[in-house]
Amino acid sequence: MSHVVIKKELCKGCSFCIKACPKSVLSLSSDINNRGFNYAEYAGEGCTGCGFCFYSCPELDAIEVYS
Amino acid sequence: MKSFLKGNEAVVMGSLLAGCQSYYGYPITPASEITHAAANYFPQLSRTFLQAESEVAAINMVYGAAAAGERTMTASSGPGISLMCEGLSYIAACELPCLIVDIMRAGPGLGNIGPEQSDYYQLTKGGGHGNYNTLVLAPNSVQEMLDFAIIGFELADNYRIPVIIAADGVIGQMMEPVTLPDPVKNIPEKEWALTGDKRAEYNLHTSIFLDHDQLEEVNLRLDRKHRQIMANEQLFESYRADDAEIILVGYGIVSRQLKALVNQVRKQGIKAGLIRPITLWPFPSKAFEEIRNYKALRKVIVAEMSNGQLFWDVKAALDNSSLEISLINRMGGNLIEDQDLLKEITNS
Amino acid sequence: MGNKILKKSEAFYDVFFRKPGDEKKSTTYCAGCGHGIIHKLIAEAITDLGMTEKTTFVSPVGCSVFAYYYFKTGNVEAAHGRAPAVATAVKRSHPDSYVICYQGDGDLAAIGTAEILHAANRGENITVIFVNNAIYGMTGGQMAPTSLLNQKTATSPFGRDEAEEGYPLRMSEIIATLDAPVLVARTSVHDIKNIMQTRKLIRKALNAQKDKKGFSFIEILSQCPTNWKVKPEDAQEWMEKNMLPYYKREVFKDILDQAAPVPHPKPRKEIAEIVELLALPEFKTRKDNGGETTLKTIRRETKFKIAGFGGQGVLSLGAFLCELAIVNHYHSTWIPSYGPEMRGGTANCSVILSPEEIASPVVQEIDILVAFNHPSLVKFHSNVKEEGLIFYNNSIINDLSEIMPYVRRKKIQLIGVDASNAADSLGDPRMVNVAMLGHMIKVYPYFQLQQADLLLEKKFSTKPRLVELNKQALRRGFEQDEMENIV
Repeated sequence: MSHVVIKKELCKGCSFCIKACPKSVLSLSSDINNRGFNYAEYAGEGCTGCGFCFYSCPELDAIEVYS
Repeated sequence: MKSFLKGNEAVVMGSLLAGCQSYYGYPITPASEITHAAANYFPQLSRTFLQAESEVAAINMVYGAAAAGERTMTASSGPGISLMCEGLSYIAACELPCLIVDIMRAGPGLGNIGPEQSDYYQLTKGGGHGNYNTLVLAPNSVQEMLDFAIIGFELADNYRIPVIIAADGVIGQMMEPVTLPDPVKNIPEKEWALTGDKRAEYNLHTSIFLDHDQLEEVNLRLDRKHRQIMANEQLFESYRADDAEIILVGYGIVSRQLKALVNQVRKQGIKAGLIRPITLWPFPSKAFEEIRNYKALRKVIVAEMSNGQLFWDVKAALDNSSLEISLINRMGGNLIEDQDLLKEITNS
Repeated sequence: MGNKILKKSEAFYDVFFRKPGDEKKSTTYCAGCGHGIIHKLIAEAITDLGMTEKTTFVSPVGCSVFAYYYFKTGNVEAAHGRAPAVATAVKRSHPDSYVICYQGDGDLAAIGTAEILHAANRGENITVIFVNNAIYGMTGGQMAPTSLLNQKTATSPFGRDEAEEGYPLRMSEIIATLDAPVLVARTSVHDIKNIMQTRKLIRKALNAQKDKKGFSFIEILSQCPTNWKVKPEDAQEWMEKNMLPYYKREVFKDILDQAAPVPHPKPRKEIAEIVELLALPEFKTRKDNGGETTLKTIRRETKFKIAGFGGQGVLSLGAFLCELAIVNHYHSTWIPSYGPEMRGGTANCSVILSPEEIASPVVQEIDILVAFNHPSLVKFHSNVKEEGLIFYNNSIINDLSEIMPYVRRKKIQLIGVDASNAADSLGDPRMVNVAMLGHMIKVYPYFQLQQADLLLEKKFSTKPRLVELNKQALRRGFEQDEMENIV
């Protein structure tokens, strides 16, 4: 089943992935990570593996998409 | 077997024989024949010749080619060398070998195209920003233009440092018979080069280090290298100096004039000698340590086609000595006249 | 649906070991910066195209100065604006490798306009990725050449005013006017649709390089929330409102279909052949080439000044004289008067021949003056030494009145040579210098005609007609009656 893995400590909370997600299954956490950013979270279901979040993320290693 | 070449052509032949793979340049009098000769020979040998859009671009191309592992070169004259000083600083910082030829013309500013030696400070004290030096060789014949290109590439590779051939306009423009040696074989592999394959995966050439300690370490490494060069690579010619009462000091075309004068005045019973710096950096201070011990020596006359730039290095090298040190110089593209030197010698 | 995994590209280092500090998995870029997005597209493309190992990445000055922290390729960092010059040489050093030149707008469109324009115009087989975010990032939000009208920056605090600062530069449009580039396009990374379009263009550009098609240029409009002073989530809107209306996203040029691969140059010669071409013939002794001879010996340093109009072969006569001296085991030097004068109609050179080492090549006092025209004779005659010698071209010099007082006083020997007429009679006025040489050899038999013949044969080995003409001119001069004016 398609899913997305977000490495929360590498996320800078720009929310580009959230905007790019056609299924709206990503959101910004209310917690902050060790670097002080609210980070992107996956709702846990609904990912179609389109990869849009991966391509719109400016970090090189923060998002992985499995489909 | 002799050939009859211009200094500006000989330095290209020397470079080709040294295995120089690329030439990036921009024309300027009195160095243009270097670019002409390179344009003629490099492509015939399937080596790279490119006329850059400026000296700024040319030196950065040299930076790229040196980083890629080639023996590479450029040439210019004062105004162009000034533009190259930016790139030179990067090349020195990245410890990349290359050869730069400066056929010195008269300055400052646009000056004129007559011969001068007024790039001495610029070449021997770094020229660009930051703590670095380049090795500077001063030929005084067409043969040396050729030989020093070969030696220059060797030194550049050995020390990973830019080497500059500093010749005045006369040496660049004159023709003399030269002997062309066999091509250099066995040019060493450069494991640090950007070879465009798997070997270069971890190779990097950069000069930005935001961490102060890291950058200081880079500077200290350059410093250690500079000291090693100062200890091992000083070159000078000493001619009839041991018993001299007067020693003439000069490099490039001036040194030939001085040598002839030494012979001339010795016939008249004046004991004169010559010290000719061959490396301008490292400055041959060993020569001046040596002459401090000469019993008969009274006076040192520095002759140069610049405003005392060499003079002050000689003065520093003879610090605390009781010797009289004087300067005879001409500027503006004028050559020093023998009679001015003779007057200074006979009045001593 | 097969398994597909999207994760950090293999073209990035696993750990960013060069990056100072503890965070060796994240970038140095601010939240919402476009550089990371673009890096990922490049990394994915070079991996998929199998180019990574053969790629050298040229980092610029700007926020992406540390691109080499990330790319597992050969890396070189260029001075501000100079990346295309550096990339040019890296590529030419290794034509089968791939070179990516990555630049920002300050770097490429301000300080580096010369380098990018000329690299593009030469059609260097490299790929330029131009990241345009309309502002200087690393130096702290100053106005860029691509900053928009009315855009407030650290150096345009009241907004960019075209009356003062001019208009935002459209680099793609400029580059697209050049003949050489094969692909020029502008795209953006402000939303996923445009990111995917950028992805396609980057792949296309890199593929073009792989196929050796030539220069490609991809301008990417990118976001800089920090210096735009907006939140990352508002950067998209900022770009849509400010940048997109001014900077059209389109493919301005695509001639990939017509572009032929750039061929490798083949060597035409070996270095030994060039050395051989430059070598003078060898004679063991001064009398070593047969023929009757009563060669005189040059016993002391002899200084010549040779002067005339440009085109009379003044400089080459001097050089030829030196070559004759060299093959006869003498020392010699030659130096021209160089500079504007040599283009302005008159030319002269100084030649010294000597049995001993020569000090300076500069001639002040002249032993032998060779004057091809009246102005030269007048100009230099008074530098001729007592009992010196003047050869002059009496075909065109008729009036000696100006020089005679000095010539008489100094007991100078004056020899007229009908050199121009000799040359004209052969139908080639350029032969005037060789005709003069012929007569000089007669009067001063330091050298033999046959030696001169051999040198000519070597010099013009591919032009036999010219060899013959020169030999004839030499003899016309030699056979001329001596027209000495001993005064």
